[in-house]
Amino acid sequence: MSWAAVLVLSAGAYFFKVLGLVIVGGRPLPPRLQACLALIPAAMLSALIVSNTVTVGQHLVIDARLPGVLAAALAAWRTLPFPAVIAIGAGVTALVRAFA
Amino acid sequence: MTEVPSGRAVLSASLALGVAVALIGASYGVLAVANGLSVAQTSVMSLLVFTGASQFAAVGVIATGGSAATAVGSGLLLAARNSVYGLALAPMLRGSLARRLLAAHFVLDESTALATAQPDPKAQVRAFWVSGVSIFAFWNVGTLLGAVAGRALENPAALGLDAAFPAGFVVLIGPHLRSRAGRHAALLAAVLVILTTPFLRPGMPILVAALAILVGLREAPE
Repeated sequence: MSWAAVLVLSAGAYFFKVLGLVIVGGRPLPPRLQACLALIPAAMLSALIVSNTVTVGQHLVIDARLPGVLAAALAAWRTLPFPAVIAIGAGVTALVRAFA
Repeated sequence: MTEVPSGRAVLSASLALGVAVALIGASYGVLAVANGLSVAQTSVMSLLVFTGASQFAAVGVIATGGSAATAVGSGLLLAARNSVYGLALAPMLRGSLARRLLAAHFVLDESTALATAQPDPKAQVRAFWVSGVSIFAFWNVGTLLGAVAGRALENPAALGLDAAFPAGFVVLIGPHLRSRAGRHAALLAAVLVILTTPFLRPGMPILVAALAILVGLREAPE
């Protein structure tokens, strides 16, 4: 990978961040649009959870991550501390992977 | 549900995430160097691109023999979601242009999730900067150590670290599921990812899932 590619990716990644936060963001927006934008975290976090849990590349894959994330969800529901939830997610995944 | 960290707890949550971030950064460093990037290129990617998924995607394309252009394209597809995060953060992050241009660099999955979960504007701004800057530090230290140490941490999957991120996101999504619209958006996004994953390049399904925010159109404007 060339330095040119590294720098193009760097510039492009920063452009996307600036586009939302500085160029478009911060202006008064119509209420319907605001209602949609308020749902961004719910939609994107859900998408990230699913893609990080049951996909590899273009394949749907059930593996040790799923029991780990389900255990983490249970821990979150039982109001365990944030770091504990992460440790449980990683730990259960590692255990299932080691013994399954 | 576990309380999303606020106040001082944001720092400890950021540090807990930071340890995972550093280990994943190290694995990125190992992978990048193994696929022909120099230590300097690997570290500059983490300093300037600073979007883990994009960096992994780019190196992953190189690893499968893809061109640099394809690698950059895949990285940019994954980076595009940060513009959506920026839109959500814009009302919270005011101030001078220079300050906002600096803030833009720290627009991430984690900083957006922690900031948008805070109850008041002051806490939102603090959560954004604390999580953004601490994750930046952990990510770059991890990258450098991984790139230098080479094979030290070749298989973070053995430690279950690939599940650490979705586990953290499970906590962070909690407050957003309290509203009916939030639950519908989350469910629709999940379905969109599952349905489109087999047909789209990696990274694209997450962008397609952003369409789920359109359920907000049904909300009666105040």
